[in-house]
Amino acid sequence: MDFHDTPEEAQFRAEVRRFLEDNATRKSTTETAHRGRYIPDANMTQSLARAKEWQAKKADAGFAAITWPKKWGGRGGSPIEQVIYNQEEANYAVPRGVFEIGLGMCIPTMMAYATSEQLERHVRPALRGEDVWCQLFSEPTAGSDLAGLRTRAERSGDDWIVNGQKIWTSGAHFADFGIIVTRTDPNVPKHQGLTFFFLSMKSPGIEVRRIKQISGTSNFNEVFFTDVRVPDSQRLGKVGDGWKVSLTTLMNERLAVGDAPGPDFDDIFALTRSLELDEGPAIRNPAVREKLADWYVKTVGLKYTKFRTMTALSRGQTPGPEASITKLVSASKLQEIASCGIDLMGMSGGVMDGEIAPMEAWFQEALLYAPGMRIAGGSDEILRNIIAERVLGMPGDIRPDKDVPFRELKSGKR
Amino acid sequence: MNFDFSDDLKMLREQARKFLAGRCSRQVVRKVFEGGAGYDSELWAEIARMGWLGTAIPEAYGGSGVGYDGVCVLAEELGYVLAPVPFSSSIYLAAEAILIAGSEAQKQKLLPPMTDGSRIGTFALAEGLGNPHPEHIKAKVASGRLTGTKMPVPDGEIAHFAVVAARDETDDIGLYVVELSGQGVARTRLKGIDPARNQAKIVFDGAPAERLEGARGYAVIGELIDRAAILMAFEQVGGAQACLDMAKAYAMDRYAFGRPIAAFQAIKHKLADVYVAIELARSNAYYGAWAIAAGAAELPVAGAAARVAATDAFHLASKENIQTHGGIGFTWEADCHFYYRRSKLLAASIGSAPYWKDRLIAALERRNAP
Repeated sequence: MDFHDTPEEAQFRAEVRRFLEDNATRKSTTETAHRGRYIPDANMTQSLARAKEWQAKKADAGFAAITWPKKWGGRGGSPIEQVIYNQEEANYAVPRGVFEIGLGMCIPTMMAYATSEQLERHVRPALRGEDVWCQLFSEPTAGSDLAGLRTRAERSGDDWIVNGQKIWTSGAHFADFGIIVTRTDPNVPKHQGLTFFFLSMKSPGIEVRRIKQISGTSNFNEVFFTDVRVPDSQRLGKVGDGWKVSLTTLMNERLAVGDAPGPDFDDIFALTRSLELDEGPAIRNPAVREKLADWYVKTVGLKYTKFRTMTALSRGQTPGPEASITKLVSASKLQEIASCGIDLMGMSGGVMDGEIAPMEAWFQEALLYAPGMRIAGGSDEILRNIIAERVLGMPGDIRPDKDVPFRELKSGKR
Repeated sequence: MNFDFSDDLKMLREQARKFLAGRCSRQVVRKVFEGGAGYDSELWAEIARMGWLGTAIPEAYGGSGVGYDGVCVLAEELGYVLAPVPFSSSIYLAAEAILIAGSEAQKQKLLPPMTDGSRIGTFALAEGLGNPHPEHIKAKVASGRLTGTKMPVPDGEIAHFAVVAARDETDDIGLYVVELSGQGVARTRLKGIDPARNQAKIVFDGAPAERLEGARGYAVIGELIDRAAILMAFEQVGGAQACLDMAKAYAMDRYAFGRPIAAFQAIKHKLADVYVAIELARSNAYYGAWAIAAGAAELPVAGAAARVAATDAFHLASKENIQTHGGIGFTWEADCHFYYRRSKLLAASIGSAPYWKDRLIAALERRNAP
């Protein structure tokens, strides 16, 4: 066992480092500005411009989509090279949170189903950050049960007319294009009546409204469709095959979803060493030490699990199911760490004012966004189902709606 | 990145798995469990003949010198089948103590008969309730004679000799090799939580004791248990995996409400959580395997982390295995309790989870001294 790169990997890593050193700013250890995962609202236009500028640089240097074929502007590289790039980039303060969904989920779906003319038009601009993409999947009545969605698309000549509502759409407020799954036939069971499209977010009839979250920030949107025309040429896959196409997107989502950002073991460890309880530094308290130990083994357990995944990738093997545990473990850990950090602040734990709150109220902020981390991109419950069914091979759930036409399905008040 | 065992070691694992699946069924475990022999002496001899005991012992002392990662691989397989043999006492602890603290002459004399299985060693640290701590060591050696009481001593009745933690005339803590069938030694069996593994009370009354020459002070005991923690973590991960496999197999075949119970989320989510705990423990154990094989400075942190994760994972897996089995799971005839008992026995040996959690944080405080 060792943690060394192969000679080829080391050469690639050196190349990545040169690029980053020349083009980006290394994070300082005290830097907290990188914490935010999304573009701050106040200067959105400016942040978006910065993100686009960085993306173009990355693309021109061949690092924007390492595993994509060269003909689409990728590097034709290996998954391990993508991992190496991500590791190195994590040490730099570069814009994040704008292109991940487009490049990680939307364009890969396009590559599987769009025509070569459409790919000529869309892939490179997405890669260079000229076009931003979003993913229009979840609906008010279709979250974990995505196939229960209700947004209708009806044929009208060479077009489809879309009516309905999507929700939890990250980046819809600055996206240029979107991929969308719609219901085209309510008379067949739910999975069979879906059809998939891509569309311009500038189409007439689209209205985007921001959602204000517990944390007070707005990272998601509601998107309303009123008689929005989508040409049939923008259909991805056959009519009625929308579920199959959606699975392509969702498989890519599972690969893209990673650690929950926020205060981690090192941060709570530092906090317990600096905060005084009655009997001295918090870290001397046995109950605190026990919790710290639990978080440490989870934190490094995930880190070393990634090493195992990297080893498989490095050998050209498909990573094992290990990858599916990252978000499940890290989101709950984040919530526990945030909560415990606040407890340690005693009577002032409820204060977010920078005058009192340690680390610029990072723990309080994290407490407020942690619930979202346990839900977005596959809830804890869905992830446990995935592990049980796909990793352990246990049977699927009972599905009373499986053979019932969609229009006859029961719906609740929520 | 090469964070996996080598192909040779994977082959060793396959061989071990195949051998143990055929040779060490749970009927074999039950025979020791109900029979009171303390271990399966024939299985021990077979394991010795295959060279497993000398995996991390250099060739100069009769071993094969394959390395510690080889012991990790074997420990996981032995843990999977609950092998009723004194592997941990003799190999992770006694042989390791001699390798760490023995003189060249002591290694030459003591190790070869351990690698061929003819002599079994153990490590006598505890003197009643409590986790490892220098203040708990009261046993005393004066003029080469040991006096004091050690309990529990794992495999104490079946071992030929023990490496005993004791104080010398100057109150310095050392490790002493003591023959257990010789004069001044009285052994009695302790009733244990896991009857498939022997535990004894040993009263020393002027027993001849030979100091391991390099063992000066308590630190050597800390080093010894840090290393043992990694090897035992693999045994615990193996046991935990067996529990998950048993629970899943039962749930797939047990029908209730017209479906296999494996189709219900209450069971699926429970076993998903067990799977996650095992994978995190396995990854921590792998890092420990790297640290011990590479002789890394990280070893105290890696050992404690491997120990904490594996102890918790095995306990979780063993109790949820019984829970998944329902009523049949807590009968004497079902084998689930073998794992439940073993998980707690291994959790207690070399110090329990709260002790190791504290030890982990202490090691991190030292590593990241402000």
